[in-house]
Amino acid sequence: MSRPLTAWIEGIGFLAPGLPDWPTARAVLRGEQTYENAPSVLPAPAILPPAERRRASRVVKLTLAVGLEAAAHAGADVATLATVFSASGADGHNCHALCEQLATDDRQISPTRFHNSVHNAAAGYWGIATGAMAPCQVICAYDASFGAGLIDALGQVVLDRQTTLLIAYDSEYPEPLFAKRPVPDVAGVALLLTPERSERSLASITVTPASTVAEPIGDAALEALRVSIPALRALPLLQKLARGEAGQVCLDYLPPMQLQVDIGLC
Amino acid sequence: MTPLLLSAYTATTCLGRGLDATRAALRAGRSGLVPCTFETVQLDTWMGEVAGVDAETLPEALAIYNCRNNRLTQMGLETDGFADRVRDAIARYGKSRVGVFLGTSTAGILQTELAYRRRDAETGALPDDFHYRTTHNSFSLAEFTRDYFGLEGMAMAISTACSSSAKVFAAAARQLELGTIDAAIVGGVDTLCLTTLYGFASLQLTSAHPCRPYDAARNGISVGEGAAFALLERCDQPAAGSILLLGTGESSDAYHMSSPHPEGLGAKLAMEAALRSAGLGVGDIDYINLHGTSTPANDAAEGKAVSALFGNTVPCSSTKGATGHTLGAAGAVEAIICALTLTDGFLPGSPGTENVDPAIPLDYLLTTRDGKVSRALTNSFGFGGSNCSLILGVAK
Repeated sequence: MSRPLTAWIEGIGFLAPGLPDWPTARAVLRGEQTYENAPSVLPAPAILPPAERRRASRVVKLTLAVGLEAAAHAGADVATLATVFSASGADGHNCHALCEQLATDDRQISPTRFHNSVHNAAAGYWGIATGAMAPCQVICAYDASFGAGLIDALGQVVLDRQTTLLIAYDSEYPEPLFAKRPVPDVAGVALLLTPERSERSLASITVTPASTVAEPIGDAALEALRVSIPALRALPLLQKLARGEAGQVCLDYLPPMQLQVDIGLC
Repeated sequence: MTPLLLSAYTATTCLGRGLDATRAALRAGRSGLVPCTFETVQLDTWMGEVAGVDAETLPEALAIYNCRNNRLTQMGLETDGFADRVRDAIARYGKSRVGVFLGTSTAGILQTELAYRRRDAETGALPDDFHYRTTHNSFSLAEFTRDYFGLEGMAMAISTACSSSAKVFAAAARQLELGTIDAAIVGGVDTLCLTTLYGFASLQLTSAHPCRPYDAARNGISVGEGAAFALLERCDQPAAGSILLLGTGESSDAYHMSSPHPEGLGAKLAMEAALRSAGLGVGDIDYINLHGTSTPANDAAEGKAVSALFGNTVPCSSTKGATGHTLGAAGAVEAIICALTLTDGFLPGSPGTENVDPAIPLDYLLTTRDGKVSRALTNSFGFGGSNCSLILGVAK
């Protein structure tokens, strides 16, 4: 009686260490360009007014960068999109600053730091920047966050027939939390998912539970990113999309449950 | 949406542990709020603390999850026979077919706050006995719950501040409707911590009095804590009297990080979406459990949205004067309170509220009264402009 979790991809956004955008990542995943590790580069979000642009935190810059890239790729109006944000943690630097101050005698924390501490801070700024009043989901499933976000986004696409932008992203903690949760840098993946095929569709995806093993990425440096940044558990899927290959991939999700993704080309 | 059965449910707040304690307090119009004495906190405010949380012991195999938030999670699960009903469902459907969808705003961040007081004097390192993944991380309560029942299927935490555990009902309903799962543990758990107590104080959103939702003199929230759970299942022919989830509605304010849209536009969109999802009109709702945090801005904005949609004909109240604002647990706590109004035939009043704000034209209930409720709507709104409304009903 199960209905398939399926959607069409119309746009892709990407940002990771050494890979500033989807065209660069696509070229590397196609083997046309060699991967060179470098710190993630976050563009200044042009959509924000200048004062807000300067104040924007790393996770806000990251989610605006990948989300807007995917929407532009699809030619979609961001103000109309439902969104699913999925992240393994909130703003690590902000969290560290709060915990550090709360451990002192002066606990009068900054109100801005407090409202930026919520897990849905980046999603809140996305709404303010884009004016989107559609449903906005914000998920955390630790290392399984990409898969959890994908499952909920596909649910909205299939049931509500609503074009939905999935933004999976992660950011680093500074020390001493970094030692406990060593996410090396910021990275994000955005997929613009639609219920119907259109002339802009890049591929279809159908997700089912699996118990197989995720295939590693051939390049050792990229494989290291896949396993150290939860959003980049999506890399096997993105590699297929970059190469224009139909077929199946297995993505790491929540042990023992894995996700099989069947990719159909347009 | 196709209605879903709440085959079991439970709530634990400062009103007490479980449904009987909750209904008795609501019936009596009793508040569980007390002056704040939590941990080393020095703030002139009131709080809703759950008794006995720190006496709870986790199973040895799950000791790595030990923190106040997971102690309260376990306490909630082991109340009203809820855990047994979950085990029955797992026996019926299998351990990969029962999903976990839990809401929280801060999970076990208290554990990190405490660990930061014990950093190594030389290296600054956090102590070895601090476990980020299983305490601080927003997923920790969902992963704990999944491991507590030995589940092997999908799980997620939803963390949209104070709408978190309303939105879990919507996310779980989608997967049940799609048939990717056969049952879902939904709910929310949030516990007192320094981040939220000092944080809301920094925004001047905590009151020095017990909170007074919708009162003309309201001046802030009372932070609370709580754990509330429901087991959701598809059900073709629910028994008369059973509680159903009829509709869910979600929206975004797209306005401000910590203030609601002044006209309540996002709130109105969420209520309209819930009515659409349930296939109901405004005349079908018998009671509204308001978000009603008791901040001047929230109650004014929500009041505008409710009165624009429902006029002043539907009895409504906020129960936060009784429970405090349980933040990420509030959506689930108040959904369970709606379930009690549906089964027991009463409409809860608003402890602490004396003079309803004359600028807000609603049928606001100061005191609890008897009354038949067939369908109830509950609102939950959070920082970042995240809104969710749920509609629950009773099966005929």
